[in-house]
Parts: sequence; C-alpha cells; structure tokens
Amino acid sequence: MSELSVNHLLGIKHLNAEDIQLILDTATEFKEVINRPIKKVPTLRDITVANLFFENSTRTRLSFELAEKRLSADVVNFSAASSSVKKGETLVDTVNNILSMKVDMVVMRHPNPGAGEFLAQHVDASIVNAGDGAHEHPTQALLDAFSIREAVGTLNGTKVAIIGDIVHSRVALSNVLLLKKMGAEVMVCGPTTLVPKYMHTLGIRVEHNLQTAIEWCDVANMLRVQHERQDLKYFPSIAEYRAQYGLTMEHLDALEKPIVVMHPGPVNRGVEITSEVADSEHSIILDQVQNGVAVRMAVLYLLAEKRKLSKA
Amino acid sequence: MSKREIIDARALNIALNRLCCKLIENHGDFSNSILIGMQPRGVQVLDRIVKLLESTYGVQGVRTGVLDITFYRDDFRRRPGHLQPNKTRIDHLVEDQNVVFVDDVLYTGRSIRAAMDAILSFGRPAKMELLTLIDRRFSRDLPIQPDYKGRQVDSIASQRVEVLWEEVDGRDAVLLTDPE
Repeated sequence: MSELSVNHLLGIKHLNAEDIQLILDTATEFKEVINRPIKKVPTLRDITVANLFFENSTRTRLSFELAEKRLSADVVNFSAASSSVKKGETLVDTVNNILSMKVDMVVMRHPNPGAGEFLAQHVDASIVNAGDGAHEHPTQALLDAFSIREAVGTLNGTKVAIIGDIVHSRVALSNVLLLKKMGAEVMVCGPTTLVPKYMHTLGIRVEHNLQTAIEWCDVANMLRVQHERQDLKYFPSIAEYRAQYGLTMEHLDALEKPIVVMHPGPVNRGVEITSEVADSEHSIILDQVQNGVAVRMAVLYLLAEKRKLSKA
Repeated sequence: MSKREIIDARALNIALNRLCCKLIENHGDFSNSILIGMQPRGVQVLDRIVKLLESTYGVQGVRTGVLDITFYRDDFRRRPGHLQPNKTRIDHLVEDQNVVFVDDVLYTGRSIRAAMDAILSFGRPAKMELLTLIDRRFSRDLPIQPDYKGRQVDSIASQRVEVLWEEVDGRDAVLLTDPE
C-alpha cells in the first residue's frame, strides 16, 4: 500500500477509498498495540502535537490526547476559554504563535465550518479536523466505520441508518460521505425539521419513520439531540421526540434479525435511546470509544509519515 | 539484475536441522521459552523450525508468537514511501521467559534493535536470543550478533539476499541478487 493521498485530514470529502482503507487497516494494528500490557510505541517521539479546542469537547480531546501520548508525541493543549482569542487575536496569529514553538501537527476543533481548511492554507503544520461546526468530524466517521467493520465484517453492502438530529450533526455528514465511498447503503432518519433538505442529493435514502428505518438497516447509528445548538423549536417536546424516535428494547426484540446499535456520545439516556438499549448486547458504544483511540493513532501516524525529515 | 542461487534446498534443510538441535541443547523442553517470528519473513522460518522440532525431534507444544516492529523502527520519516505495519500476535506472557527472535536474514541489525525495544511492551524477558537463518557478515550497523545462525553469507551493500520457501515461492533456496 502507498501513503495517504492527503497531507491534512480536513474532511472525509478529501479522502479516496484507498486512503480510508489504509487508515482502517492501520488502526487494526494500533488496536492491538493499545491492548498490550504496555500500550505505548515510540513512533512519534520527534513530533509535537498541539490540540486546539475553540469549542468544548471532552471525549474527542481525551481520545486525541491519549492517541498522541500512546504514540510518544509531545502534546500541548490549548482551549479557547482561557486563551488570547478572547483578547482579539486572529486564528492564524494564534496558530502561528504556537507553531513558532516548533509544533508539527495541529488537532483543531472550531465552531466555524472550514476553519481547518483555512488554517491548512496559511500555516506549515499537518492539520487534523476534530470537528468544524456542523460541517465535518472525520475521525468520528472513521471510528464509526472501523466499529461497523469490526461488528459486521464489512462496509460494502452494509445498510446503515443514521437516526436523529441530522441537521445539527457534523457526525452525520462525515458518516454519509465515508459510508458511500466504501460501498455501504445509507439512510438518514429523523423528524422533517431535523433532516436537511439537501440530504437526498447525496444519493441516500431519507426516512421519517423509525420503525421503517430499523427494519431496513443492519446498523443503527443513533445521534444525540443537540439541544445546545437548537436556536428554535424543532419538535414539540422531548416526550414527543422520545415517543417517535427513541429506540427501545421493544423495538429491538420485535425485529426479525439483530441489529447493531451505535451512538457517538454523549448519550441522552431515555431520549434517543433507552438505558436498556445503551447497555444491551446490541450496543457497541464502548467499543466505539476504544476504537476512537486506535483510529486517531492511525491518522496521526499516517500524516506524520508524510512529514519527511530532510537530510539537510 | 542477476540472481544466483547460493544455498540449495538440501543445504537449507541441513542448516534448519542444525538450528533445531542447537535450540534443544539450550532450551531443553522449551517450558520456559518462547520463539518469536519477526514479521514478515521470519514467520516462515519459525513455522519450519516448529514443524521440524515436532516431527523430527519430538518436541511438542513449543510456544510461539509473531512480532511486527514497524512502530519501533528508527527510520520512520527518514525513508521515502509508506511503512505498512503487519500483525503482531503474542498470546503468552514474556515476563521471565527466554525469548528467541527468529528471522530469515540478519543484515544491519536495526530490526533486531527495534524488536528488543518492542518485546519489552509485553513484559521483561529473562533472556533474549537471536536466531537467523542467514547472517550477512561484516554488514552490521549496531553491536548485535546472532546466537544461532544457519549460514553465513558475504555480500556487499548493493546486493540483496532473499530466502525462498516451498510453501510460498515454490522451492527452498537462498538467492543473491546483484544490481545491474
């Protein structure tokens, strides 16, 4: 296999099927590494990574930080809450200040769509997009694909339903793009107010009935209702959302074949899925979390590999 | 590019048998030993040695593993192209065990340096040894020498030494390839 075709991971949109395959295959070997008694390899010992989080995040930041540390990279963390951004500094200035301390890679979460792409054009570091607004979240899509491949065996021909708050989700778009590239069949399902109108133009099924969706799919990826991003009322009440789109054990027990249940977290127990479903044998939610570290190690390894040391 | 056979199937078989006998001398019933095949080409040597130990010398139940050293290499980002990792499978605890690394060709010694680093992620072995089928003499970059060697080969840096196996390549042989 050859190297990645890209120098940055800005979105699934820029990757081809070979890149995705390479990342997933490399992640398989890193998953073995993180299950060893000593879970650390020295590969990135001469790389420094800056984690820039201009938006709150717990699990993604932790997952990236663990991935970096397990690869022996040096890590600096930066969060907007306590930063000079509040004092009026521009994004490029902030990042260039950090890069002048000899940082090789930047993992960035930013509220503005395309922030990573902007940065990649202006600074000399490998950029990993850890979520840009409601645009893309490529490492989440990669770890979801890895988890599906692990649970089902293949992505090609697997039917995946992405259910819930599609419109506010960066996970949804990255997942749709990735799954399509790898030959999976994709459906999005949610209330009409939470499914963007353009979705059918991506060549996927659009459904508004939960029962139809779970009868069709092999894998149900249940998205969180993002109350914090909802500036107006998209549905009458939580109780009504739960009645229409909440996944319960009764749903799963009534199905003819078992399906795999995923959730990118954090879970609103009792809203999009019940506690019983989240803790059932159908759920691979905690596998997703573990796989997230392995997939992020693979991404960092493959991007670092493209930053060749000059002999000069 | 010219290729010539420097070791034939018969000589290879004699060398493998001799390696097995030496291993038995030092490791007895192998109850405290683990043989580790180095990915990718050492795995084939390991398979042959285990089969010979079982079929010809009656040593059963030898514990084995395979180790990939990609993430421990010292030339990451220093060589062109992509370094593709292979499977690592070590199902036994190496703590306080005698570990024998098994590889096909020993050249600069850098892979073995990486292997010694890598195996420590699985515990602290009591002892580490190195078995190589072919030892390319006078070509070491590091102070590493084999404990068990099948045959020694004199070669220059521009040449390649390649071990063929019947199971994979159709015949047993060792080839020396000269550049044009």
